[in-house]
Amino acid sequence: MSQNEILKVEHLKKYFPVEKSFIEKMLTRTRHFVRAVDDVSFSVLKGEIFTLAGESGCGKTTTGKLVVRLIPPTSGKIFFDNVEITTLDHEALRMLKRRMQIIFQDPYASFNPRMKIGEAVGHPLEIHGLAKHDEKRKRVLEILERVGITPAEKFSDLYPHQMSGGQRQRAAMARALILQPEFIVADEPVSMIDVSLRTAIIDLMLNLRKDFGLTYLFITHDLAIAKYISDRIAIMYLGKIVELGDKPTIFSNPMHPYTQALLSAIPVPVPERKRKTTELIGDVPSAINIPSGCRFRTRCRCAEKACEEKEPELIPISPDHYVACNLAEN
Amino acid sequence: MLSHLLPGLASLAKRGLAGWLVIFGGILVSVVVVMTIVSPWIAPHDPSAINVGQPLSPPSSQFPFGTDDVGRDMLSRIISGGGIMLQVAILSVIVCLMIGVPLGLFSSHTGGVIDRFVSLIMDSVYAFPGLILAIAIALVLGRGVINMALSIAVVYVPSYFRVIRSQVLSIKEMPYVEAANAAGARKRTVLSRYILPNVVPSIAVVATVNFADAILTAAGLTFIGMGVPVNVPDWGWDLTNGRRLLPSGAWWVITFPGVMIILLALGFTLMGEGLSELLSPRLEQ
Amino acid sequence: MTVDALTVEYWTRKGKIRAVEDMSFSLEKAETLGVVGESGSGKSTLGLSLIGLVPFPGRITKGKIILKDKEVLKLRKDDLRNLRGKEICYVFQDPMTSLNPVKKIGAHFVELIRTHEPQVTKQEALKRAKKLLKDVGIQPERLNDYPHQLSGGMRQRVMIGLAIALNPSIVVADEPTTALDVIVQAKILDLLNALRDAYGMALILITHDLSIVLQRSDRIMVMYAGHMVEYAPSIEIYSNPKHPYTQGLLKSIPNIELADQKLEAISGSPPDLLDLPKGCRFWPRCYCAFERCRMEAPPLITTGTEHFTRCFLYEEGRKA
Repeated sequence: MSQNEILKVEHLKKYFPVEKSFIEKMLTRTRHFVRAVDDVSFSVLKGEIFTLAGESGCGKTTTGKLVVRLIPPTSGKIFFDNVEITTLDHEALRMLKRRMQIIFQDPYASFNPRMKIGEAVGHPLEIHGLAKHDEKRKRVLEILERVGITPAEKFSDLYPHQMSGGQRQRAAMARALILQPEFIVADEPVSMIDVSLRTAIIDLMLNLRKDFGLTYLFITHDLAIAKYISDRIAIMYLGKIVELGDKPTIFSNPMHPYTQALLSAIPVPVPERKRKTTELIGDVPSAINIPSGCRFRTRCRCAEKACEEKEPELIPISPDHYVACNLAEN
Repeated sequence: MLSHLLPGLASLAKRGLAGWLVIFGGILVSVVVVMTIVSPWIAPHDPSAINVGQPLSPPSSQFPFGTDDVGRDMLSRIISGGGIMLQVAILSVIVCLMIGVPLGLFSSHTGGVIDRFVSLIMDSVYAFPGLILAIAIALVLGRGVINMALSIAVVYVPSYFRVIRSQVLSIKEMPYVEAANAAGARKRTVLSRYILPNVVPSIAVVATVNFADAILTAAGLTFIGMGVPVNVPDWGWDLTNGRRLLPSGAWWVITFPGVMIILLALGFTLMGEGLSELLSPRLEQ
Repeated sequence: MTVDALTVEYWTRKGKIRAVEDMSFSLEKAETLGVVGESGSGKSTLGLSLIGLVPFPGRITKGKIILKDKEVLKLRKDDLRNLRGKEICYVFQDPMTSLNPVKKIGAHFVELIRTHEPQVTKQEALKRAKKLLKDVGIQPERLNDYPHQLSGGMRQRVMIGLAIALNPSIVVADEPTTALDVIVQAKILDLLNALRDAYGMALILITHDLSIVLQRSDRIMVMYAGHMVEYAPSIEIYSNPKHPYTQGLLKSIPNIELADQKLEAISGSPPDLLDLPKGCRFWPRCYCAFERCRMEAPPLITTGTEHFTRCFLYEEGRKA
């Protein structure tokens, strides 16, 4: 792992067992799993915004939670700043959480309805014993001001339901930042916020990166926002990364058929723009019954016999542009 | 405290029918409680004194609720008779809170085999008809206020357990709990500051219904003779006595205590209904 | 269809909320009208009011809706029910919960068709259902499936199929693709437009996503806090947006075809409908609000051919 990488993920897998009814347990031996994350490897460089993009169910949110060790992986390794964190014990994990934080998608549910915002934002300080009372209050007010919640005094005494979605998301950022982490996972931070407020939140994230020297793992299904904010992007499908590269390359030269289809389907805000939408056959298969070989072959127009048998690896087709497609290897 | 009470009542009233239920139920309960507390001063006669008046005399201006078979003034007995019921109810609720709440919290938060095991036990107890189980336990434990309270508590703990468990399970999945975990909070912090405060409203609802049920069960237990010794005035005891006296036409001995029991239980039930209405999430446009 | 000065209010315990106020517009045959707005803009309420399904405690307090020479709001309950489904149809937002989980897909169609046309036999209804499924791109065998056996995208297509089953003149689609993935979304929107061309019906697309309506509608109506703030053909909205809110929206949505886009935010946040600002509802967030805006609510002003804007900037005699 190089000095420049703050996060490295190797062959990460997360399988969720499918709950079976009592009768099913008696009658069948096989256990089924939802293969939410199925062998994912990537690294994130210090100071960059790395985006995991894909549609719902592709495993991006699960990957985000795995990376901050909110849930344990089924297998694979996670390295943070050159230290393996996959199997850290409880205490060490707690210390780690001061360096990596997460912002959730739903601003309405990410705050305890019975805690005032000031308390909630300051709670991480309390948990880690870093500040008390006056010092804590001072830091809370400072960070609230910094994320644009002013006057901080007034807002810190409010309850979550008294604030708007955009304000709550800012407060969520304040809460994530108060421990001065180096790395933040942002899980669809603006998808539940009104359109007119999104830009403000995104700009705030960019400014904070500059001022605090942060690195982001940005998770989204909205490729237009991904294009605006990312440095590098990984496209996920059914638990695997199918294409990875820096932003200009991915958008100007998408190689994987799925990426091409995704990009062509995104609405462009121009009237009567006729776009050539790459047609995809059928629907996304269930994550319990993943197709053999290349998991995208059931919807791919170029699928060949080989795609049924061989599962493509993520291979570089040019420096910093990786594709997982049997046909790209030629 | 009163200065907080009036604005509190005002805001309850604004919440429509549910608020009024709570207010009305609360008034009923408070009246009974206050009456019981000040009974030594306002009861016209000593409720246990026999032969204060002509035995079995019907309601009159002198004895508005009549007298029982040994000449005790029913009015005084009514005023003072709520004490046992209230004690039993309060005691059983306290026991339930002390056992049911922690059990519910830890079992559901821990999950796994322990949770399944405890749930199994709770469900088994829950499956028994309440009064029958209470009687069975009272038979084992014996008479007295504390034993009555304990038998009611045993019957009711599963209800607390279930309600809390379902609440905890749904709250556990909420992003704000995940956020607390992500910040590195210890398990007990998460339980005490994130889960418990959000479970409290439902506890309140169960507790009020528990009160109502306890009153009725206590009356039932006393009715069949499992209750308190004779010399303490008690509505349940008067019910038993009144039933015995009914064939001789003395309707007043059984009626008034019965009405009081119903009113007290009703008060708690109304509060519980109102509370559960108020506290369930309302969809705001 | 013509809508005139429509006002819908919700009478809640906390006060009267004017979800929709003074809306006037018209809908041509086979036209796609895009209604754009954020949460609280009133767009969903508008859609529901067009078919008379405003949920309690909402009620239409003013205005007229005229559909094919009939005044919708004055109709008797039965006539209104007939109208619903036959002339104007609604596609709900959430395909997961809008279908009856214990009824087969075929049964949905049969019930719908036979309610409005009782003389049709079950066989005939099923035949029509098969054709409709084909039109929306679903294999006819799926008629025998239950809703949970279909994916979200397919369920939404079934909803659309149900909506066009009786050949209505208008289909109102409320956020038809919000719950769906982007690829399915594109397919559904293409489908809606194709059906519009094939059946000649008008389409009202209600959404918060300006990109969708810019790309696919003929005319666009921008709503803010219950008011229609701009109403014009899509090309006009795109090339010549007049209302500051519309301008702000256009500048804040990322365009995937542009390189190095600089997005701009609209300051502030949508107002609380119980506590609306005096005067123009948008003035607290407007970059050019002046004294008059704070005091009076601006009327709808004609700012071009078929281009209407609710803003004092365009008042007669003002230099914009």
